[in-house]
Amino acid sequence: MSDYNFAYLDEQTKRMIRRAILKGLAIPGYQVPFASREMPMPYGWGTGGVQVSAAVLTPDDTFKVIDQGADDTTNAVSIRRFFQKTAGVAVTEATSEASVIQTRHRIPEQDLRADQILVYQVPIPEPLRFLEPSEVETRKMHALEEYGLMHVKLYEDISQHGDIATAYAYPVKVEGRYVMDPSPIPKFDNPKLEMAGIQLFGAGREQRIYAIPPYTQVVSLDFDDYPFQPTKADHACDLCGAEDSYLDELIVDDAGGRMFMCSDTDYCATRRKQGHVGAQGVPYKEDAA
Amino acid sequence: MQAQVLEGGFADLPIDASYAFRAVMTAMARPGDIVDVSGAKPPSPMSVAAGVVVLTLCDPETPIHLALSHDMPQVRDWITFHTGAPFVAAQDAMFALGAWDALSLADFPLGTAEYPDRSATVIVERQSLSHDGVVMRGPGIKEKTTLSLPDTRAFETNAAQFPLGLDFIFTCDDRLAALPRTTRVG
Repeated sequence: MSDYNFAYLDEQTKRMIRRAILKGLAIPGYQVPFASREMPMPYGWGTGGVQVSAAVLTPDDTFKVIDQGADDTTNAVSIRRFFQKTAGVAVTEATSEASVIQTRHRIPEQDLRADQILVYQVPIPEPLRFLEPSEVETRKMHALEEYGLMHVKLYEDISQHGDIATAYAYPVKVEGRYVMDPSPIPKFDNPKLEMAGIQLFGAGREQRIYAIPPYTQVVSLDFDDYPFQPTKADHACDLCGAEDSYLDELIVDDAGGRMFMCSDTDYCATRRKQGHVGAQGVPYKEDAA
Repeated sequence: MQAQVLEGGFADLPIDASYAFRAVMTAMARPGDIVDVSGAKPPSPMSVAAGVVVLTLCDPETPIHLALSHDMPQVRDWITFHTGAPFVAAQDAMFALGAWDALSLADFPLGTAEYPDRSATVIVERQSLSHDGVVMRGPGIKEKTTLSLPDTRAFETNAAQFPLGLDFIFTCDDRLAALPRTTRVG
């Protein structure tokens, strides 16, 4: 162990965050204000998610961090090491082995189990913020369940683009009451918001925590004649051949060459280990870097 | 001050509190699930589970209301020493602790339309806690579950006020279960 208190934060701060988490679970989709602390990383790097993880972790946990689906980005690696150092928890890159998963902008492809917790890093928790800048007003709109503005926004998408152009941070209605921002996950991930695991959302700069308990109804907003459609690149993963996963598009040379690959690195690696090979992939070798 | 007051707290606060909170969170996220907790030894008539909840969630920032069943010197002294939480009347409470019959639910804050989180969490001490009881549905519950509840009507009334309402934690010995305002009973 280290010279830090377990999971970095002091106990009174953790109690405050824990109380906010419980109220968040009791009022699914409602943003509970909390006194966000300075963390040893800049706002925008997941300080909200880190504080929620710190309040939730126990010494027995196995912790996984993903950033846009990847375990090996700077953000994911540094947060993983942070809790390895301050909480002494085991870490993993395998979705199935993790008990707490902190995520930025993706839900793992593999379905989560009932004993797994997903912690989201949230930049702007208020779904109405870009439509109404005043917190006083948006709070009133949530209180009155006045969400017409959001439907107008989606309608304007249709009138301008012929379709609902919102592709990420696609607004959802939780348990028929609160409209919620699922954080900037691609709308491809929205159907997975109804899951067996507990989902917690932390916004550090904006000082909000919210939650979705397991098996909670989460409906993506849409219209009868323009139903919600989760979309992805119309392609298979070039590395593992998966046709059901969300893909990143990569420019690979100066000649316009490109490839599509799974955004969920663990999902892709697991499939390659199982022998799946995509159009540009090579068979998996144990000693390959 | 009696020695009993000074004892019975978490032996290793950060670690014990982390396990305790995980159990309480699991209970709140999955209404009807009964979880085991440990680490607190509060004075009678407080149960171990009620002691764990108080140690895990209460501090000088959380006004707590003791119902008559629990408003006695040894309980007050223990909570004061271990948490520093101030004791208040029901209408100012963030937390309340007591036996079902001693709690006057109508007096507790339900939250406001703009801040529904500013409502009381009620810790209800129970003689028994089992899955032999009322059917419950709602968020956190796969289809349905059952739990031995002290009442049905009160929880129907509570759920009908959503998004306002009280959230309950039922404690019995070293076990607890929860019933948030979203749970529909009966």
